[in-house]
Amino acid sequence: MSILVIAEHDNNDIKPATLNTITAATQLGDDVRVLVAGHNCSAAATAAASIAGVTGVSHADNAQFEHVLAEEIAPLVVSIAGDSTHILASASTFGKNIIPRIAALLDVGAISDISSVISDDTFIRPIYAGNAMATVQSSDPIKVMTIRSTTFDAAANEGGSASIENVEVLASPGLSSFVRQELTKSERPELTSAKIIISGGRGFGSEENFALLDEVADKLGAAIGASRAAVDAGYAPNDYQVGQTGKIVAPDLYIAVGISGAIQHLAGMKDSKVIVAVNKDEEAPIFEVSDYGLVADLFQVLPELSAALDEIN
Amino acid sequence: MKILVPIKRVIDANIRVRVKSDSSGVETANVKMAMNPFCEIAVEEALRIKEAGHAKEVIVVTVGGSQCQETLRTALAMGADRAILVETDVAVQPLAIAKLLKGVVEKESPELVILGKQAIDYDNSQTGQMLSALLGWGQATFASELDLKDGSIDVTREVDGGLETISLKLPAIVTTDLRLNEPRYVKLPNIMKAKKKPLNVFSTDDLGVDVTPTLTTLKVEEPAERSAGIKVADVSELVDKLHNEAKVI
Repeated sequence: MSILVIAEHDNNDIKPATLNTITAATQLGDDVRVLVAGHNCSAAATAAASIAGVTGVSHADNAQFEHVLAEEIAPLVVSIAGDSTHILASASTFGKNIIPRIAALLDVGAISDISSVISDDTFIRPIYAGNAMATVQSSDPIKVMTIRSTTFDAAANEGGSASIENVEVLASPGLSSFVRQELTKSERPELTSAKIIISGGRGFGSEENFALLDEVADKLGAAIGASRAAVDAGYAPNDYQVGQTGKIVAPDLYIAVGISGAIQHLAGMKDSKVIVAVNKDEEAPIFEVSDYGLVADLFQVLPELSAALDEIN
Repeated sequence: MKILVPIKRVIDANIRVRVKSDSSGVETANVKMAMNPFCEIAVEEALRIKEAGHAKEVIVVTVGGSQCQETLRTALAMGADRAILVETDVAVQPLAIAKLLKGVVEKESPELVILGKQAIDYDNSQTGQMLSALLGWGQATFASELDLKDGSIDVTREVDGGLETISLKLPAIVTTDLRLNEPRYVKLPNIMKAKKKPLNVFSTDDLGVDVTPTLTTLKVEEPAERSAGIKVADVSELVDKLHNEAKVI
């Protein structure tokens, strides 16, 4: 088995979801190569080489890879795929964007959002928003897939000593170009790798009220999430959305505040270790999956919670 | 220009799916079906582009059994001009769907193809990206805003860190995210009108595509049940439990 993992990085560090993907790769075989493509990303290539379990790093450094456009990255991956038996990326917007394009260029199917590796050709993946788990077997010569990061442990950032090879860059197809980005700036942990998440829903009623989560989040060192209803209503930015079509999270502690618990939201958080629900409607479906439920008005609970956290800290 | 909108018929988003007792799949018999919600957003966006005077024709297409005509009629009732059904009883997988759609693109020569970012049945999120690869076109997935320019399109995408805007040369592929628009409701007179709109049927052989699946589903099971825990009386009991019992804070 020869496994190629496409890394997601910020030019310096490898993103946590890629570390989970590398663990999935090591379950498939011992030969794990990581592609670090970007511009001025040699620090990230060095970081990739020291990850436990990584046996080789391919480093593609060129201005055309700066914004990891699918049209630029997919042909690069195909050009270095060689005798790879598996090509993996995390099931983030990065991986979901490029993996199917790579698969089609290789004339093979893609397998999305794998939650367990059974063997080198058989995998488990959630379907219907996680309301069913499918065991699937691929007959394609190369398995091209995305990995659900919450169900695999992160590979250690150290312990590896892989060699780094530079990759020859192809001519740009010139189909797409980057215009601008508006990334949410936050000092808080990243939603998909946070140990604690506190999420808000429609119950907040306004963007101003939604900001009540900030104080509690900061005291807990938590990331902030949101239900689709809260994002649609403009209380929170799109990248806060947890659920079937947003982010899949599985922190040690997930606190759902003013979230009723639609199936689509539960799909994104029900693998969390401990779930707390705060909702004034005692019939809210969120209570069916919560370890600790508090039937109360969130506007009373949040200040009390903030004060109570001061006492234990 | 012409816009092609591939759509999918799925179990209605409001239905709670049930796994079959023989673990062969989920129960679809006598279950309410509907257009995939992301596909509705795709149809709506195409119609808005046409209504703004930037497109002449909106064509919807789907791949599936004859009952998919119903889903196509819904799109026609929303306002699409004509429909194409690539009829097959095989549960066609995304790569083969993309190959069939490539065949349709070659017949129709649209300048823009808009698809949903994923279907809520298998949650694959693959078809648009695969079609772009096969056509050698640019792709903008998870779109929340489109801005058509002369010969290109600027698309704002919902990415993990926030929003990103990219520019694609036309022809191009766009896949829709939730906040691109809010699809219109279908009005009764339009349902009547939709019955008279053209709907052409092709076979997979007409398009010369082998639709044999490469991914076999061995079994489908219920996810691990999560049981409800306890209700706490107040915040101090909650914090006490989290601190001393669950030890997560």
